[in-house]
Amino acid sequence: MNTIDELRSRALNEIDASGSLPDLDALRVRYLGKKGEITAQLKTLGQMEPEQRKAFGQAVNAARDAINQSIGARRKQLEAAALEQKLLSEKVDVTLPGRGEQPAGLHPVTMAMERAIGIFTKLGFDVATGPEVEDDHYNFESLNFPPHHPARAMHDTFYFGDGRLLRTHTSPVQIRVMEKGAPPFRIIAPGKVFRSDSDQTHTPMFHQIEGLLVGRNVSMADLKGVLHTFVNAFFERSLAMRFRPSYFPFTEPSAEVDIGWEKGDGSEPGWLEILGCGMVHPNVLRGCGVDSEEFTGYAFGMGVERMAMLRYGVTDLRQFFENDLEFLRQFH
Amino acid sequence: MQFNVEWLKKWVAIDLDADALAAKLTAAGLEVDDVRPVAGEFSDVVVSRIERCEKHPNADKLKVCTVFDGSEELQIVCGAPNARPGIVVPLAQLGAMIGPEFKIKRAKLRGVESSGMLCSARELGLSDDHSGLMELPGDAPIGQPLTEYLGLDDAVIEVDLTPNRADCLSVRGIARDVAASCEAEFTPVEIPAVAPANDARFAITLEAPEDCPRYVGRVVRGIDPTAQTPLWMVESLRRCGLRSISPTVDVTNYVLLELGQPMHAFDLDKLDGEVIVRRARSGEKLVLLDETEAELDEEILAICDRSGPVAIAGIMGGLDSGVTPQTRDILFESAFFNPATIMGKARRFGMHTDASHRFERGVDPAGQEQAVERATRLLIEIAGGEAGPVLVAESREHVPSNQPVILRPGRVNAVIGCDIPEDSIASILERLGMEVSREGDAWSVLAPSSRFDIAIEEDLIEEIARIFGYDAIPEAPVSGELAPETTRGHRVSLDRVRSMLCAFGYQEAINYSFVDHRQLEIIGHDRFVLPLANPLSSDLDVMRTSLLPGLLTSLARNVRRQQGRVRLFETGVAFLQRDEMHEIERVAAVATGDNLPEQWGVTSREIDFYDVKGHVEALFALKGRSQALAFEAGDLPWMHPGASAAMHLDGRSIGWLGAVHPEVLKAFDVKKSVFAFEIDLDPLLTREVPYAKELSRFPSIRRDIAVMLPADVSFNDVESCVAEEAGEYLENIVVFDVYAGNNLKDGYKSLAIGLIFNNVSSTLRDEDVDPAIEGVVRALESRLGAQLRG
Repeated sequence: MNTIDELRSRALNEIDASGSLPDLDALRVRYLGKKGEITAQLKTLGQMEPEQRKAFGQAVNAARDAINQSIGARRKQLEAAALEQKLLSEKVDVTLPGRGEQPAGLHPVTMAMERAIGIFTKLGFDVATGPEVEDDHYNFESLNFPPHHPARAMHDTFYFGDGRLLRTHTSPVQIRVMEKGAPPFRIIAPGKVFRSDSDQTHTPMFHQIEGLLVGRNVSMADLKGVLHTFVNAFFERSLAMRFRPSYFPFTEPSAEVDIGWEKGDGSEPGWLEILGCGMVHPNVLRGCGVDSEEFTGYAFGMGVERMAMLRYGVTDLRQFFENDLEFLRQFH
Repeated sequence: MQFNVEWLKKWVAIDLDADALAAKLTAAGLEVDDVRPVAGEFSDVVVSRIERCEKHPNADKLKVCTVFDGSEELQIVCGAPNARPGIVVPLAQLGAMIGPEFKIKRAKLRGVESSGMLCSARELGLSDDHSGLMELPGDAPIGQPLTEYLGLDDAVIEVDLTPNRADCLSVRGIARDVAASCEAEFTPVEIPAVAPANDARFAITLEAPEDCPRYVGRVVRGIDPTAQTPLWMVESLRRCGLRSISPTVDVTNYVLLELGQPMHAFDLDKLDGEVIVRRARSGEKLVLLDETEAELDEEILAICDRSGPVAIAGIMGGLDSGVTPQTRDILFESAFFNPATIMGKARRFGMHTDASHRFERGVDPAGQEQAVERATRLLIEIAGGEAGPVLVAESREHVPSNQPVILRPGRVNAVIGCDIPEDSIASILERLGMEVSREGDAWSVLAPSSRFDIAIEEDLIEEIARIFGYDAIPEAPVSGELAPETTRGHRVSLDRVRSMLCAFGYQEAINYSFVDHRQLEIIGHDRFVLPLANPLSSDLDVMRTSLLPGLLTSLARNVRRQQGRVRLFETGVAFLQRDEMHEIERVAAVATGDNLPEQWGVTSREIDFYDVKGHVEALFALKGRSQALAFEAGDLPWMHPGASAAMHLDGRSIGWLGAVHPEVLKAFDVKKSVFAFEIDLDPLLTREVPYAKELSRFPSIRRDIAVMLPADVSFNDVESCVAEEAGEYLENIVVFDVYAGNNLKDGYKSLAIGLIFNNVSSTLRDEDVDPAIEGVVRALESRLGAQLRG
């Protein structure tokens, strides 16, 4: 009996003292392995008297279980310590910069354009596009600009000398859409437009978004509603808006739209013109084969650079086309 | 159009200050650009008379004047060259303010005391004239405040009129509109006829009645050439932006501003026999009032006498037939010209006159006699003379006249989107001078002759909306049928292409669509170029056929601004003028500098071909795996011959990529190497809707092969060889090493590839794959000269 107790207490002491998983494994082999000391004790059972064997057997088994349990517990401790050690050794300086590419960004004009498109498509407008090299018919005549009319002088036009020109607005897309389809129409036409004008507040190329909605019972009240909804959504605040009577050959009545805008310098908000609009002129509808008695519609057009300047605080229009990385990176 | 408020108030009974009036004008569609006072800011300036004038004892250019200000005589030192006894001039009294800061104090000038200042017109903000003292009429009441005497409690309003509102190019026209929008009384100035005092006539022949259907003339004889334009008229003209020239010219200008009818005055003695209104003949020339010589042709309507042209109709008179300081007998012209005849013609001569501005937009076709009567009366009042009868030459059938327009009040409210009562609609129209016959649902409305822009129902609806007030129109909530777009699945969205390029570090740029044609020559993209007829400058003279020049220009600019690592991309149209115009949407990019931003733990190296190719392949991966993209080392003159490729998709050329040719970079002033690509967007964005296939549940087998190959064998050759020989279970090929260097035979490279096999229906065994590998190796050896490496 003493032998077993002694064996057991020695084994448990050694297990407790073991400092690593391999040491622990060696102890397991030494005591519980095929040739282990406990195993050897069990082998002596067969030579014992039955009454002695029972008691001895129980003692050996109890010792084996205790050793087994102790090894398991010690293994957990050692594993936890090893893991802790490993984790400790893997510590990084989390404040060092990460690696890889630095993503670049979209051009602020694209950002403003996509933002406007997103709002209008949610309002049910489809996106339509058209050519940038146009002719007199689509850019002027079909939009009710008579030849030589002073209204044309408001558009400083780039010509190609063969009757073609660079579109001065995206309004020709209206005509192309209406010629091809049948009402109702609900489209926006984003794109580049061109005017032969270049100074601090004009660039020879800029971007417009034109909108057109034609249907039954469409009124100026609808136009006011959709534009105010858009403007508030675009600038993410509730802005004052006013319509002023104006003139465009392709709409009647026509209006220019101002928003109440705070410059942010503490001065009183002033009116700032941001777009032109009106009810589609019946000559335009009829020219596209749309019955102007049955259908009415509205159209509007806005300069995207203007919207981008207001939204992103850009003060010099020309910066948009210089592509200076220091300027562009501000808008990421 | 610029006018002063006091003049307007003679025509309409309003009691508004200038700013309130300006707000009303803008709200009614006459957009106000500027409101400003008619004189500078000053106080305590009175009418005074110089009584005596003596030389200053200590200064040659100064005079010592004795000035009477209505109550006392003052000694004032003055340097004006025109200072002399007897003239009446403005006096800034002691304590007066000229401008916000300059206060008149008692002073000694070179030892002589001066108690006030005599003023020039410029000092008082009344004109630019600084040549001497402002001389007032001799009968001006001495002692009266100048502000009172000149009526300077007034303001100038400048309106930016839209081309359709020609009726507002006069004080009368604006007054009519203000009367309607402010519900004020329109109080037209009476213009009684001037009875003829003699029977002086002059023959007028209309040879081009469509161009000029009405020409009204009148002879006035015996005017006093020494007469002066009265101060009130000079001031009215000045406030409307015109300079006084002579009584005759001033009168015609005054009528133009007041009634909107441009007029001209000929020196009667200089006219040969009769006035003939006809198209000019090719080769005819005319020296104009501004002393330029105009060459005329059949496009130009001319006012002629028997010897030839004497004026360009509606634009400018001739120099020789114009009035001079000696002129005693004149012929007034007050005509109606067809706007279509005049449109664009002034521009042809590089001119823009008050007359052409109005005639291009149209004048009241019924207003010619009235203008002549007004001008005759004013001229006779100022310069005497006797008028003959009003001479009217007219082709009545060609004179436009307004027709009644049908107006449905229901339609008005449907288009505007509100509920304006019928009585209000009628009232608005009547206030605008229209005759309204209200019968049933369709009224008949006749506009006054000055509103020749009113031709259809919408014209009236606009008038009603405008006067009713756009602010009063409600805002309807957005509504309509919703219809989803149906084509999305077959398109890669442009957003994804842009986002991916941004993620690779390319910043989006936007360049002009026109470039310098020389840039296109440099990159060999000068075929199919469409030049602009009127470019802004020679460096923006043709439509771009490639996005590369714009991007290279922007890249160069950034490199000059000390950006070492530049990546830019752009999406936009390239314009190819073949038999017809092809506008091709493209995405293009340029890159220079390191492959990664400077950072720790990564060995820095410059971007190379394969980095950029990887970006391009990633873009094409957006399309899905269905289509094969082929890269062919090609003949791209603007690119590095050994490091560039043309891209083909299903046999169609869709773009290129690689290193830009050093010669091109030199021309664009870039000293670093630059990689670039340009891809047609349409094939890039077209895709199939993905469709799931059966996945294999069985493990795959991988076999690696390393071979030594002649250096000029392309991976493409290896890949085709493998694909042919590896059998049906080959799933993928990966390249995991490419090496050319020291321990290899000269002219050879080493290539290591992994072949991955799989089968959807069973587990592959070695004997399924081994024969394929052997076949691949044999084929590589026999066809491509490969040697298997140990």
